[in-house]
Amino acid sequence: MNIIVCAKQVVDVSEIKIDSNTKKPILQGIPQKISDIDKNALEEAIKIKEKHGGKITVITAGPSNAKERIKELLAMGADEGILITLPEKSDYHVTSNLLACAIKKIGKYDIILCGEASIDMFSGQIGPRLAGILNIPQITYAQKINAEKEKITADRNMGELAITTESTYPVLVTVTKEINEPRLPSLMQILGAASKPINEWSADSLVSALTPLVETIELKGVPMTRKNIIFKDDIDQSVGKLVESLTKEGVLR
Amino acid sequence: MVLVYSDDKKLTFELLNKGKELTKELGKKLVAVAIGKDADAVAKEYIAHGADNVFIIETEMEHFKAEEYAGFFVKTIKETNSETILIGSNKNGKELASRLAGILNAGCIIDCINLHVKNKKLMVERIVYSGNAIAQEQFNSKPEIVTIPPKVFNPLPADPHHKGDIIKKKFDAEKSSSKIIKIQEMNAGDVNVEEAEIIVSCGRGFKNKDDIKLVSELADALKGKTVGCSRPIAADLKWLSEDHWIGLSGHKVKPKLYIAAGISGQIQHIAGMRDSGIIVAINKDPEALIFKSADYGIVGDLYEVLPKLTYAVKEKLK
Repeated sequence: MNIIVCAKQVVDVSEIKIDSNTKKPILQGIPQKISDIDKNALEEAIKIKEKHGGKITVITAGPSNAKERIKELLAMGADEGILITLPEKSDYHVTSNLLACAIKKIGKYDIILCGEASIDMFSGQIGPRLAGILNIPQITYAQKINAEKEKITADRNMGELAITTESTYPVLVTVTKEINEPRLPSLMQILGAASKPINEWSADSLVSALTPLVETIELKGVPMTRKNIIFKDDIDQSVGKLVESLTKEGVLR
Repeated sequence: MVLVYSDDKKLTFELLNKGKELTKELGKKLVAVAIGKDADAVAKEYIAHGADNVFIIETEMEHFKAEEYAGFFVKTIKETNSETILIGSNKNGKELASRLAGILNAGCIIDCINLHVKNKKLMVERIVYSGNAIAQEQFNSKPEIVTIPPKVFNPLPADPHHKGDIIKKKFDAEKSSSKIIKIQEMNAGDVNVEEAEIIVSCGRGFKNKDDIKLVSELADALKGKTVGCSRPIAADLKWLSEDHWIGLSGHKVKPKLYIAAGISGQIQHIAGMRDSGIIVAINKDPEALIFKSADYGIVGDLYEVLPKLTYAVKEKLK
């Protein structure tokens, strides 16, 4: 089974601080990591490989420092890494087409696995977009998957409905955080990952003249003005003060 | 044309309102799409709610599938000459819009909370970095595809005199090699956190499933009766169904009063409730992030605070 996992390097959103004057997020100096749900995608790929054998290739489209993050994925159990260095300006159109070109260059694949969305933008566009470009079926929001020799079956959480979908290969599957608990690599695996190949492919070498169709004009802060009145005294007093405050706010009726 | 579509009728009404505004600015017509066998009645409703045309795609397909639906929309967009496409942002809508954008090589933005036209270009806003920033995005090409979540815009009131044409089409669906083999209703019950005026939510601070009654008792006392929760309770522990799940990948709520008990305040949770009127936090950790997003807070053990608060609320509302 040839499995491709798309993983994105993101800023660790839980570390983002807000500039108290501009109310804008401070993104410089924030630690980078592989988007959590993409690790769930890789974990699922490893499980499929353990069952059927094969090869796992991880692809990251991002800056050249993403190489360090790819090493973590190789330590977890991917066999080979590919880093597509993104052009200065990119959008979902550019990124998904670069991923598609890289996948075509790899050639043979049965399953493409992605996280349902990245934790920084939480758009969830890349997976289905990629499936559309490659003209293959898409199985989204998978909470449980069962890969067999000829077909894959997935339980999907679609909000009001739980839907089970199956497909032959090739197929693109996006997974949710609940599907598994990504493994932590052992020291041996971390050391072993050093000998696994990471190929760097430039955007130009894959496809020429891709221009973004959407551009981000501005990143604005979100004004969040809360009163932050915290009662820390004796619980009975705190409860009393809270009920009093809520009554004044007119929400106790 | 400006084209709107959602499989959620109420959401379509909301899209029609925004779509109408855009058509005025762009000097275009507004077309709504309905899919299914007996869509005449709903088509008439769309016209009453502002559609100039309704395009009915007749199909034998009983359920949404992104592959086939994207195929329908490729053809519909071509036939109607649509350049601006607004799709309702539920799970189906998001995967449809994204796949469609991939096929058409179109720009696409998911979960827009604001849209307007500037120099004939669509400008949209969306929330990024787990609710820490708003990105303003500009489309530089057509077609422009966006998805819009429920309740961002109000629906236009129905005007029974509004006139429009219904066009029926039958497209051959390109068969996808994936198929739906089972559909189950999630145990929805009558929980609707998105409509609730008062919500009491629980998180990791609860030790046992049975303890959730502390939250429902307070919710009952507040006459809110609605219980919410953070991700671990619904997704990992499954103590409550996902209808109760509030957060970035759960439900987004805006009640008048939101009480978070035993919730640490991860930004993913905050993103789901930040638009609430008054936010109250109960947590034993004085450093818990939730207090930063709260109007009022009590530092204390929820097992002690909740019963006392429930009692005090009951006394107050007697």
